[in-house]
Amino acid sequence: MSKLSYISPEGLRIDGRRANELRRINVEMGVFNRADGSAYYEQGNTKIIAAVYGPREISVSGKGVFDRAIVKCEFSTSSFSTTERKPQQKTKGDRVTTEIANLVKQAFESTIQTHLYPRSQINIYLQVLQSDGGLKAAAINASTLALIDAGISMKDFVCACSTSCIDGIAVLDLNNIEERSGGPDCLLSIQPQLGGVISLNMDSKVPQDLFESVLELGEKGCKKIFLILSDYVKRYSSNLISNQIKN
Amino acid sequence: MDNNNNLNNISIEIFSPQKRLPLKHTSLPSINSGNKIKQESNLKSEEDGDDTNNKDMVMLNVDEIKGEEYDDNELFQSKRLVIPGQTISREGEYLKGHGTFNNGNSLVASVCGTLDKVDRLISVKALKSRYHGEVGDIIVGRITEITSKRWKVDVNSRLDYILMLSAINLPGGIQRRRTSADELQMRSFFVENDLVYAEVQMVMGDGSVAIHTRNQKYGKLQNGHFTKVIPSLIKRSKQHFYNLECGVDVILGINGYIWIADSEQQRNQQQFIQKHEKEPSFDPSIPLIIPDQIKTISKESRDRIARVKNSISLLEKGFLLIHQKSIMNVYKLSLKMNLQSKDLLHPQYIKQILTVLSTALYNNDDDDDDDDENGQ
Repeated sequence: MSKLSYISPEGLRIDGRRANELRRINVEMGVFNRADGSAYYEQGNTKIIAAVYGPREISVSGKGVFDRAIVKCEFSTSSFSTTERKPQQKTKGDRVTTEIANLVKQAFESTIQTHLYPRSQINIYLQVLQSDGGLKAAAINASTLALIDAGISMKDFVCACSTSCIDGIAVLDLNNIEERSGGPDCLLSIQPQLGGVISLNMDSKVPQDLFESVLELGEKGCKKIFLILSDYVKRYSSNLISNQIKN
Repeated sequence: MDNNNNLNNISIEIFSPQKRLPLKHTSLPSINSGNKIKQESNLKSEEDGDDTNNKDMVMLNVDEIKGEEYDDNELFQSKRLVIPGQTISREGEYLKGHGTFNNGNSLVASVCGTLDKVDRLISVKALKSRYHGEVGDIIVGRITEITSKRWKVDVNSRLDYILMLSAINLPGGIQRRRTSADELQMRSFFVENDLVYAEVQMVMGDGSVAIHTRNQKYGKLQNGHFTKVIPSLIKRSKQHFYNLECGVDVILGINGYIWIADSEQQRNQQQFIQKHEKEPSFDPSIPLIIPDQIKTISKESRDRIARVKNSISLLEKGFLLIHQKSIMNVYKLSLKMNLQSKDLLHPQYIKQILTVLSTALYNNDDDDDDDDENGQ
């Protein structure tokens, strides 16, 4: 078995991107009627939908907090989302999905102004339609859009992007094949306008001399994603309101 | 791993740099002069090398060029619309209202929506959000739970509102103290999943809200159609109960819950209930069963109700304000177009009707409604 070369001598990756390129991002807001807020997020071949319900009455009585809202997140992958079909019961509740659900929950507990909604709960439901790497980042970005659609008060967007280093080169936005390269998968999520880091997760150690460049690349990726998302949010909201203003 | 190797080979074949450059640039959308410079610098940076210039990541992305067009969006430039995290003012000359927060010295928006400035107070109203009650609001709600001396009512808010036993009109309109017997037969007044038409009575200090139905017109809603819209599309006005000219009653709850029913049937039902309550043998503990001949609604009325419902849904899809006039505008337009009420929500017709509505000079001002509030 020969070693797979992830970056060609010309500096191109397996899917033809350069080390510092994102995959194509496609988003849509307000995809569900019944949810308070919803979004569809597509980054390359990774496709994910998010639905937000709330703030609403606590579902389990006694679990409420008197001075703020609680955020709950449920993450599940569709059985048809990967190359090999998974039985339905395995798509929920395993280690990876709980990890991502907790990551999203923590990211938004600090960003949503929960003190405005005492004794209520906010539910975020995430469903992966197609999985091609960068699920954590896609989950966070999709949730941001859905929460904005629901009109929930947030300090800022939360934009996330995965980076890694392969063969000593910092690489942005890994796809599924690159994620299995064994390089450190480093997830950075930031508040792009206020300028704070929400989380920085690493699967394994990043070499010290590369860490700076990995982090810098990740930040640039997040900011780029923010531009795309905010453009869409602006377009979507001015589209909605345009009918009212005309009259 | 064989599989992956194949993939690798394939990708190298397709994306050799010589082939890649023209591919990339033919795929760029029609570019104006401002972006041409960018494109050139884009070319340069690609020639310079791959990972030295981080900027080319930004440049190479096709979306970037698209994105700049929307930055020119006048609504956002004039700051009539804001996004979460957007700084509204830096000097601290404004006061913080709803939908904003202070970050250091600057005022920052926390929701995506329209900016309202009243004197020095700045607030941002989200395009879509849950209902937030104020005293005197007329709402439609659904009973979710019965606890001691109170019902909990879902009104599309962040908490269930409270309907106290002492805040309802007892059947028959008897004025007396609520006894423990009443407490035990609360289910004979309202049960879970009943719809109630009510008014916000008071907002308590801890944020919970009490509602009441102590008026002849308020109370249980039955034999009609319930629908739900985005609360921000319904504006507070003098009146939320309408007898539309097509013989349909509509209650537009400020919380976005809407009740649609047939006028004539509702009138008969009301009379029946009142008559029943005046009978000497009347016992409030026995739930009233409305006979079928009073419950029946003719096929034509059902069709009218469906048409009104679909008109409301269509207005919601177009994000237009929902009030008596706008509903009737859509209603009449759909009749003029000879549409069946079931076809009203076909994507093609939605588009057609919305265009007509936006071009025709429909006066959507909230002027005085001449319909007087009868019924109930």
